[in-house]
This record gives sequence, C-alpha cells and structure tokens, in this order.
Amino acid sequence: MHYIEPHAHMVSRTTDDYERLHLAGCRVVCEPAFWAGFDRSSADGFHDYFEQITRFEPKRASTYGIAHYAWICLNPKEAEDLSLAREVLSMIPAFLERPTVLGIGEIGLNKNSNNELAVFHEHLTLATRHQQLVLVHTPHLEDKRKGTQLILDAIREHPDLAPERVLIDHVEEHTVRLALDRGHWAGITLYPTSKCSVARAIDLLDVYGHERLWLNSACDWGVSDPLAVPQAMREMRRRGRTEKDISTITWHNPARFLSQSPRFHLPE
Amino acid sequence: MNKQQVTELYFMDARSKLIELAATLDRLDRADGEADFRWRCLMDCLPILQDHAPEKTARILERMSDPTPSPIAAAGEKGACGVWPGYRGKTS
Repeated sequence: MHYIEPHAHMVSRTTDDYERLHLAGCRVVCEPAFWAGFDRSSADGFHDYFEQITRFEPKRASTYGIAHYAWICLNPKEAEDLSLAREVLSMIPAFLERPTVLGIGEIGLNKNSNNELAVFHEHLTLATRHQQLVLVHTPHLEDKRKGTQLILDAIREHPDLAPERVLIDHVEEHTVRLALDRGHWAGITLYPTSKCSVARAIDLLDVYGHERLWLNSACDWGVSDPLAVPQAMREMRRRGRTEKDISTITWHNPARFLSQSPRFHLPE
Repeated sequence: MNKQQVTELYFMDARSKLIELAATLDRLDRADGEADFRWRCLMDCLPILQDHAPEKTARILERMSDPTPSPIAAAGEKGACGVWPGYRGKTS
C-alpha cells in the first residue's frame, strides 16, 4: 500500500532512508522548515536552507521515486532574535513562488515566549496575505498544553485564515481535542519517547475517528524513525483495521489537506 | 477490540514497562543526593493509573504541563525537561 509522509526533515536523513521509504510504500514526502540543532548566524543561512529544501531535496527524492514538497518559515526556536526573524520573514514570499512549496510551516511556539508569539503572528499575517496553507508546530512535553492554547488563540485573531487550511501538528491526548474543536486539522507525530508511540496514535484514531487527522514520523536529526508511519499501518492491521481505514489515514487524509494548495499533485 | 484482544496484544508490553519503572525507582533509591521535582510529579501521577476515571493519559500529560496561561518574557533555553519546572505538588 502506498502512503504519504506528510512531515519529514529529509535534509537530516541519508539517501538510504529515501530508498527504505520507497520500499515501504512512501510516494510523497513533505518537508517543513525547522531548526538545524543550532542557531543560524545570519539570514543567509536560512536562504541556503530554503534553497536546499526547494531545489536539492526534490531532485534527491525523485531519484528514489518519491515526490518532495516543502514548507517555508523561520522556526520558533530561532524566533527570539526579532531583527533576524524579520529579515528572514522578508525573504519568504519569494520562496512561496517555488513550484514545490505548499505553504508556511512549521511555525508555532517552542518555549511560549513573547517574541515567539510575535513572530508566529507575523507568519500568520504572511500566510493570509499570500493565501497559503499553514503547518503549526506545537511545543514539546510540559510546554505543549499551554503552547497549543496560545497558538489556537493567536490563530483566532486572524479571521481571514480558514481553520481548515491550518494543521496543528504534534497533538497528543491532552491537545488533540483543542485543535479539532477549532476546525483545524491535527497531525499525530510518531516518536519513540517524546511524542506519541504507534500504539497511542492508533488509540487517538480509535477515540477521535479519522476526520481531519494524519500521522507523520517527523524524522529529523534526533531520536526518530523515518519508517514510523508504515509501523503504524502494521499496528492498525494488528488491531483489525481495514485496508480502507489505513489508506484513509495515511493517503487520502494528507492528500485532502495538502490538495488545498494548487501546487500539490498526487503522483500518477 | 475486546478486552481479551487488548490483553493479548498489549499485556506483555505493559508488564515490561511497569517492571522497568520499578527498576528505575530502585536505581533512584540507591543513588546519592536529592531527587528533583520531576520524580515528585511522576509519583503524583501514579494514583491516576489506579482510579476508575477515563482519560488517564491526558490527565497525566496535563499534570506534567505548565498550567500558567501567559507567554513567558523570553525563551532562555530551547529544550523541555518533561515536567513543568514550577511543579510543587498535586495542587500546583
């Protein structure tokens, strides 16, 4: 069965991972802009990174039979320096014109600070002005519940942004309902320790159904597994879920959300 | 799934995780020094496992979370440690 990996930081992964993803049935990966594990020293660092995820990675992925799309933003971990953040934001509109860019993301909050929130608002304004989809990162661990609420309240201050064009990512048991109740999509991230296990992710599907939900691995340079989505597909089979259910969550749902961007096309 | 199916699929995994937790607490007992606030919060979560109310997972996650409503002045660090550093007990 083919599936879409809607959140993967492939710049951190090897070509072996592309090959394994393809063998496991992955036909599309979407790469949000994120933190490199260290703070970039200038806006030029972001420019080069945006070039990488909009030019080099699509080419590398296509070698392995996978379509690659990107999201562009300044991630919240680098939002404390407002002057640098605004310099980076000024570069974003040009990258939104690239043929494989789906929207603004992954924006959001990390430690729930005033500057992170200010930069989040500026990204939302940019998304509204350029009619872009939005992919939102919610904070880690003890900061997630508060950050999710701050994020949802901030989005509400941008009434021209349609809720169904915003995906709130990394939801867990204590935040999924908040996102869905506001009309947004929600992403469940499969991490070995710090987010949802495969079993918990399927529990969330048991409780909340399939509407406006997707699964992703968010594989990056940290503890993560690029094959987490196919592992979740196997777990669904172990629980007796139908192939149609599995396809809804791992192919049709991400395709529905992403197809709101005119740039997204399912592979033949 | 019925309860027997859940048991067949998940009991051994749950048993293993419970024993790992017990071993970690034994290790902590044997170690020198003071345990930090995260262990207090973790221990305060354990009764949730035994009550009869639903949504145990969400309630544990809530207990470990920052309960304050406003943004902080500045992000001094980037990481999270697993429990809100202001945690002082069940009522906080």
